[in-house]
Amino acid sequence: MVLKVFFPSCCSSADSGILIGRWLVEQSSAVVLAVVHFPFIPVQVKQYLGEVQRVTKVTISVLGSWSNSKQEKEEGLSEFLEDLGTIFSHEPWIQISKEGDSKFWSCSTLQKHSSSPKEEEVILVYYDQRKVMLSNLHPPLDTADGRAEDASKLSAIFSTVARSRVLFMTDRYDEGPIKLTHWQSEGVEASIIVELLKQASVPACMLLTCLLSLLSGICRSRVLKFWPLSFLWSKLSTCEQLGHRLQHLQVISSNKKAQTQTLLMRKANIFVSLLIDVSLGILLMSWLYRKNRIGHLADTLIPVADHVAEELQDLLQWLMGAPAGLKMNRALDQVLGRFFLYHIHLWISYIHLLSPFIEMILWYVGLSACLGLTVALCILSDIIALLTFHIYCFYVYGARLYCLKIYGLSSLWRLFRGKKWNVLRQRVDSCSYDLDQLFIGTLLFTILLFLLPTTALYYLVFTLLRLLVVIVQGLIHLLVDLIDSLPLYSLILRLCRSYRLAAGVKFRVLEQQDGKPLRLLMQINPLSYGAVVRTYRLPTYSCYPKDSWASLCKKLFLGELIYPWKHKGEKQD
Amino acid sequence: MAEERRFRSASGAPIALRRRQHSASCRELAVRGPRLQLRSLSAATSAVWLAAYGLFALSENSVVLSAAIFISLIGLIIYLHFVKIDQESLLVIGSLGIQLTSSYASGKESTTFIEMGQVKDVVINEAIHMQKVIYYLCILLQDPEDPQGVSEVVPLFQSSKPRLDCLIEVYKSCQEILEQRKTAPQSS
Repeated sequence: MVLKVFFPSCCSSADSGILIGRWLVEQSSAVVLAVVHFPFIPVQVKQYLGEVQRVTKVTISVLGSWSNSKQEKEEGLSEFLEDLGTIFSHEPWIQISKEGDSKFWSCSTLQKHSSSPKEEEVILVYYDQRKVMLSNLHPPLDTADGRAEDASKLSAIFSTVARSRVLFMTDRYDEGPIKLTHWQSEGVEASIIVELLKQASVPACMLLTCLLSLLSGICRSRVLKFWPLSFLWSKLSTCEQLGHRLQHLQVISSNKKAQTQTLLMRKANIFVSLLIDVSLGILLMSWLYRKNRIGHLADTLIPVADHVAEELQDLLQWLMGAPAGLKMNRALDQVLGRFFLYHIHLWISYIHLLSPFIEMILWYVGLSACLGLTVALCILSDIIALLTFHIYCFYVYGARLYCLKIYGLSSLWRLFRGKKWNVLRQRVDSCSYDLDQLFIGTLLFTILLFLLPTTALYYLVFTLLRLLVVIVQGLIHLLVDLIDSLPLYSLILRLCRSYRLAAGVKFRVLEQQDGKPLRLLMQINPLSYGAVVRTYRLPTYSCYPKDSWASLCKKLFLGELIYPWKHKGEKQD
Repeated sequence: MAEERRFRSASGAPIALRRRQHSASCRELAVRGPRLQLRSLSAATSAVWLAAYGLFALSENSVVLSAAIFISLIGLIIYLHFVKIDQESLLVIGSLGIQLTSSYASGKESTTFIEMGQVKDVVINEAIHMQKVIYYLCILLQDPEDPQGVSEVVPLFQSSKPRLDCLIEVYKSCQEILEQRKTAPQSS
């Protein structure tokens, strides 16, 4: 098999020494992690490697020798390097040598116990050690203890470099028996700000956990669980959103360090999402309160509600006359119309009763926009729901009436034909009726049939109005879900440090020279933006309607009440 | 060593196949399609602008003109960056894998690398495309559970669609390298 040597590009200018790394037998590849320089004592090197192996659980061994001669090739050096092969027994012993500033290195192997003496081909693959160490391959293979002996060769290479982090902690300025060259050998880099933030985050997390446990204790107290209040909380979307955000805060403030990459990314995404949400909310709040815009808003609220009520009254007057030229049953028309008109009259009186308090209520409710833009949008959705409550009531009345009528009609139609619905067997059976049953049934059927157009028209009009309100609320909820679930941290990471999220690798063929091994450059192929959003999306609390269009139309036709969205955790009827 | 030969695509457009052998087990095959013609570009732009002038003459609103310029610019950028593929290449490295690269007219390159362990075989297949039956080259990926099964079929050269003679050249080059992995002695 062809021998592949993965060589870090940072070691290209290192002084002569021996190569340490990992040998992957099944792939016939050698992953070089560092170069150990002369002088060294072989026993100490073996000891050091044993320690590193114990800590990282990666089988690191001495792979071969590296000679970088700035002048002509020294004969004695090459023999010395071959002799090293007998001290550190490794099969095969790889010898890489570079002359002067030449790009083309020669690479040969020494096999002592091989059966086939022929020269096998060598491929030299350069890789950027720091980027490969920091990157994560997707789809992630999270196995316990990191013992990922998988079929994928690339993930074996990535995990080797990532788990050997402790090897890169010593730089050339450390006083020790071993002198290594790797990507950090010029000095270990760290950022003061990051370290300070890490130190400050521990007490901040503890404080946040205490506050949150207090808050959730209050929320769960028995006082708030009484029936009218708990019903109210479940209907208001603001409470759902606040509960969701509370859960997010609990996830962030837990003091357990994230074990896997996915958990770490989720925590980071939640943190950035909360930050952006709160800052946008504060921006909105400052804009609302600047020129007393909220006072203007409160002033226009009552006239808008009045206007809506007047439009509804006009609509009902139109229905009570001859709408679109259709002839309605006069008596039923008047009854239904007057009933709904009285309802609107009651609603207007209640709104006018509340009008002196509206401005104050709105002013205080607007302050809660500082909790986040999503909370402000949920409050808007709830205000729309409250203001159009009478439309919802009308829809329910109309739908129930229509539903009753349709069921009555279908049952009496069966009677008309001499059949009956068998509840036990859930099917239609024939049945012999008495004469008076048939007479009354036919009479009722006729009455219901001729009253159908009137009821159907009222039902149609109010269903359309209700659907309009539902569409507006649905759009607002869609926006809230988008802000909730977008993984902003992952997207920013993909933009700025694209090597961290790797979909795979790509190879580039470098200049070749005959007789020298094939030179390739391995670069990281980043994940596409769509795949980033798909992998790291945050889960939301609302599930979108599973009803297809066909079942929705069927429900509308039969007059069953439609609930456009259900929240997870609510019982499905 | 590199050599270039001219062929035709399935729709009759001239394409060029370039073969380079980097080493005994590494080959690169690149199919280059026709470049964007100045004729078609100016034809499309003039059509859009004439339509915009016609609308401007009808409505006397200068927003139509600036909208037309904007649309033609954005449309051109989207076409060059996402639609027009200049060159599709296949890099076969024995014992490492197969790499597919598509280079767009704006310089963007999208790369996929398939490891050799996942590659079952490279075959020429037939497909019904619109009203024609065309040949296409594809890579069969191994199913990890079933050694005889195929988990996925990856079609190659989808935008340049070379004809059978070009595909046979590419097929022969690939098979020479794929055979090496069967005859290579396994390390004990």
